[in-house]
Amino acid sequence: MNAPSRPLSQKTEIEGGVRAPQRHDSGHKHVSGTATYVDDIPTPADCLSVAFGLSPKARARILSIDLGPVRAAPGVVDVLTAADIPGANDVSPNAVHEPLLAEDGEVFFVGQPIFAVVATSHLAARKAARLAQIEWEELPAILTVEEAVAADSLFEAPYVMQRGDALAAIAAAPKVIEGSIGIGGQEHFYLESQAALAVPGEDADVTVHCSSQHPTEIQHKVAENLAVPFNAVTVEVRRMGGGFGGKESQGNALAAICAVAAKRLNRPVKMRYDRDDDMQITGKRHGFRIDYRVGIDEDGRILGVQFEQMAHCGWSLDLSMPVADRAMFHADNAYYLPHAYIRSYRCRTNTCSNTAFRGFGGPQGMVGIERVLDQIAFELGREPAEIRALNYYDRPGGERVMTPYHMEVEDNVIHALSEQLLASSDYADRRAKIKDFNAQSPVLKKGIAFTPVKFGISFTLTWMNQASALVHVYTDGSVHLNHGGTEMGQGLFVKVAQVAAEVFQIDFDRVKITATNTGKSANTAPTAASSGSDINGMAVKNACEQIKDRLTAFAAERFQTTPDQVRFLPGRVQVGEAQIAFEELVSQAFMARVSLSAAGHYATPKIHWDRAAARGRPFYYFAYGAAVTEATIDTLTGEYRFDRADILHDVGRSLNPAIDLGQIEGGYIQGLGWLTMEELFWDDAGRLRTHAPSTYKIPTASDRPEMSIALFDNENREETIFRSKAVGEPPLMLGISALMALSDAVAACGDGTVYPDLDAPATPERVLRAVDRVRGRAWETTRESGR
Amino acid sequence: MRDTLRFVLNGEAVSLSDVDPRTTLLDWLRERRRLTGTKEGCNEGDCGACTVGVTRLEDGVPRRRAVNACIQLLPMLDGASVTTVEAIAGPERLHPAQQAMVDLHGSQCGFCTPGFVMSLWSAYPDGPQPRRAVEDAIAGNLCRCTGYGPILESGEKMHALPAPDWETDPLPALEAVASAESLALTAAGCTAYVPATEDELATLVAAHPEAVIVAGATDVGLWITKRLMEPAALIFVNRVKGFDRVVETPTHVELGAGATYARAAAALASLSPDLGEMVRRLGSVQVRNSGCVGANIANGSPIGDGPPPLIALGAELVLRKGDAARTIPLEDFFLDYGKQDRAPGEYVSAVRIPRPKSPDSLKVYKISKRFDQDITATLGAFLIEIADGAVASASIVYGGMAGIPKRARAVEAALLGRPWTLETVEAALPAYAEDFQPMSDMRASAEYRLRAAQNLLLKTFHETSGAPSKTRLVGAEALA
Repeated sequence: MNAPSRPLSQKTEIEGGVRAPQRHDSGHKHVSGTATYVDDIPTPADCLSVAFGLSPKARARILSIDLGPVRAAPGVVDVLTAADIPGANDVSPNAVHEPLLAEDGEVFFVGQPIFAVVATSHLAARKAARLAQIEWEELPAILTVEEAVAADSLFEAPYVMQRGDALAAIAAAPKVIEGSIGIGGQEHFYLESQAALAVPGEDADVTVHCSSQHPTEIQHKVAENLAVPFNAVTVEVRRMGGGFGGKESQGNALAAICAVAAKRLNRPVKMRYDRDDDMQITGKRHGFRIDYRVGIDEDGRILGVQFEQMAHCGWSLDLSMPVADRAMFHADNAYYLPHAYIRSYRCRTNTCSNTAFRGFGGPQGMVGIERVLDQIAFELGREPAEIRALNYYDRPGGERVMTPYHMEVEDNVIHALSEQLLASSDYADRRAKIKDFNAQSPVLKKGIAFTPVKFGISFTLTWMNQASALVHVYTDGSVHLNHGGTEMGQGLFVKVAQVAAEVFQIDFDRVKITATNTGKSANTAPTAASSGSDINGMAVKNACEQIKDRLTAFAAERFQTTPDQVRFLPGRVQVGEAQIAFEELVSQAFMARVSLSAAGHYATPKIHWDRAAARGRPFYYFAYGAAVTEATIDTLTGEYRFDRADILHDVGRSLNPAIDLGQIEGGYIQGLGWLTMEELFWDDAGRLRTHAPSTYKIPTASDRPEMSIALFDNENREETIFRSKAVGEPPLMLGISALMALSDAVAACGDGTVYPDLDAPATPERVLRAVDRVRGRAWETTRESGR
Repeated sequence: MRDTLRFVLNGEAVSLSDVDPRTTLLDWLRERRRLTGTKEGCNEGDCGACTVGVTRLEDGVPRRRAVNACIQLLPMLDGASVTTVEAIAGPERLHPAQQAMVDLHGSQCGFCTPGFVMSLWSAYPDGPQPRRAVEDAIAGNLCRCTGYGPILESGEKMHALPAPDWETDPLPALEAVASAESLALTAAGCTAYVPATEDELATLVAAHPEAVIVAGATDVGLWITKRLMEPAALIFVNRVKGFDRVVETPTHVELGAGATYARAAAALASLSPDLGEMVRRLGSVQVRNSGCVGANIANGSPIGDGPPPLIALGAELVLRKGDAARTIPLEDFFLDYGKQDRAPGEYVSAVRIPRPKSPDSLKVYKISKRFDQDITATLGAFLIEIADGAVASASIVYGGMAGIPKRARAVEAALLGRPWTLETVEAALPAYAEDFQPMSDMRASAEYRLRAAQNLLLKTFHETSGAPSKTRLVGAEALA
């Protein structure tokens, strides 16, 4: 065959391979308004809109319901109740039934969908949805974890992880400290609210476009509600306007009702939650209460610890089991607990069903142990950073390396990482300056805190740790890339495209990133647990390598050499002494009838978990990090400002340092917001009163402290995708240092005898309350917002 | 009288006569014009995802301002020029606000990005600004992904990029849709009146006492987008000539009731730096570009930030009904929760605020969970005159502590005539319980409100007693 001469690249490096700070692939579209989200997809003029009619009651029986006024409202085309769902009327992400629309005349939380209105516009549907006439019999509601535990309203018997004999170790310890911390939940506040669009097809087919982290589950739920096989349903997700875990299971209802209505009416149907509806209907980060008792020696070393974790799960199970499990898995954070007893209560309450949220329970468990360390240091009058270091897991090879779930910590880097950060942040010097400042400042007080992070990477449900991908190389050398991961802004697509570019040694812009689609990459895991680039990157690498292997074999044969003489260089392939452009090789391979497509797969190795025994290796590896935050509080109002944050974080060998730095900063600020200003407030009737950004306050630009962020020089000891580490969730927990900095500032208001005992979120009110407490002027009343 | 609404959209004149006047600009852009770059994030003016630029003549000069499209009702745009994110790039390259965001990794999920871009685009003509001004420029935009660092950097570094050379003078397009005529637009069972003069306004309000008077719609917008109300008659004040006046005299600042917080900000700051700082934190750029000082009063909210400091300063309110005008002390306007001294057919016409003897004598403290764009838990305004070491006069006014903005009369009485000492202040604290029985809600508990309100008097004392240490976390007086 003649080799048409294509100019050979002479580059020494491709554009946008792994390790390059490649910009977000959609950046240009984001800033131009041309990036398409679900509600932006052009639809035919006959497209309809859906809105749910919501329960105004936390727990009640419907005595009578009149939907006549709803049907009669302008623009209404159809009204559906549970009886109109052809299939399962189910949106549960687990094996336990969770109704799409209320069943049996019972409601379980304020905001529960009771019926669905299909109308000619979003506004018409929303207006009609408020017109139902319902008579109620109100039933007693459970709104807090304390009420749930007292009433034994639990999803399962308390689950225990333990190692050694904690109770005996505490009893025998020279000093025992105990306490309790309330930790509020958190609204995801993805900027794009939940949305779905269903387009009916022939036969039983339906195509769903949605804003979901879990297209495969959407596919399953749509099929089950339509009572059709999975293969009738195609789900596509191009991008989400933020997810953070809130779009792992919470989009099921929208997709299912749109699909049911679309098939019933044979018209496209779409739905988006108005923000207030979204915040009332969808689950949030689980609020927790954590009670603790810890036995320590004179130096502050933990001898034994007992945690009682009460997780506010809400009305349905959703993902609460693995969330509560992960809180237990992170009750140790970076600390060796020689004897540990961790008990978890999964509380069933009459609120929205709390769900996945960046960190997935881990942050709450971690706040528990960080609170313990903070209090130990306070009680002993010791430097908290030293008390923390004293309790760290040993370096690899040491003796103190076993977790409470009987997995050895083999990759510990927290010692070196901490030392480096404490030095680079001038921690000791600033601590001394803050002491001087506080001595001279009666109204404003400063505090500083250092906190570490060790976060386990892998789904704790082992079977979920798999991914699939589909790669086509076209005859012009351009690459079509598809995998099961979804893009929610975290930069997964750009990272995975960098992997493909790297394997083929072609420029990044030769790789077309395509929407996640269940018809291309099937049976996928949710994009969650920080696993996106780990597992999808590997699945794509696997697919690319299959093609590369075929190309290698073909090239060796064509040039009459051996495969080990074939090397993929930037934009070209070295075959023995000859070089050939990548696209030329591809073109020739096609003419020789070599397949240029491959489906890739990946299953995370080494992991296993025996839940009954609470033993195993649930995590492939750990990601580490640490932060130092400095805060100033106003002791007259409780207001505060975060002055400075220094972060050192371990992402292994970064696939894309720009993306990783963005994840770290965003995660830190989100964690800071969770523990400080973001307060969910339910009233006594179980109504969420902070159901919009007017009342629920996430950080704004001016809340960002002066920040210094660096990547820790490390390599994943496990064989992950180019030795990188997951980065989605771990940085969120760096924000715990903000809470502890406030605690430190409050402690500076007293004489060192009264611990601040600061609950989260540490709103100005809680800070002022704590300031007055340490000054011996405790308030008369307490106010507990719903948890 | 015209019956066609006219404005400029991305450089092209638009005429509308068959559109429901309650339609928001956001819905119209997205659903009717398929300009989907402008996003709906909250539909209540609190997240900024729907930010667009609106250009109007201000004192004869075109001025670009960022507003939230989700709570702009279409008739508010009569005579204005609207610019959306789709229309700011040049033929060959992006606008610097866009390019900086791309270069500096300012977008992650991208959904808030068009709003940030439009806020930066609106601020671009101001030239390079310090970090704090960039923070203010984007305080009305929420981002949940980035942590804001790259966006702030974009706001700074966009000025280092080549300036856009493709932008044209907005004046001809504005003049093409300008009109001295009033507008009455009727569709879908609703009539919108957009009078051009105050006499016409007075006649319309008197003739339609049931009509909702709309200024910036930062509150009325939510009646429509959230409470799903369907008012049948709306009277818009945005085109009333002279209604947006800001007049500074040696003794007073006078504001027409249609003067936005943005237009009034400098004049208010000239009365008192603390008042200026409060205005900086009131709402956001988008909210201050729409919301009006007079309307903030007229709406009677117990948590409106404007009234307490204005009452402390002794402001007066001019009310008009038909041809008759009357002037009352602002304090007397607020009768009870939801009840103001405003007769049917009457409206707030102007606010007149006397200058304090010394600008620094007014202390204003706004307390909320978040510094920027947050509704107040409690706000205290203190105008305390000390003569010969004793309290000669005291005007202490709080928001968020009662059903109306309310003076702390018992506290004032406990201070008057006494030496300005910590002992006097502490002795006055129990009087708060006489003045206020605040409520508990999602913003704060009653006990916090009371405790913080008392502490603000202590803070005022601290700041006026010559103590050297800092007491502020934000603003010009903040701890560095």
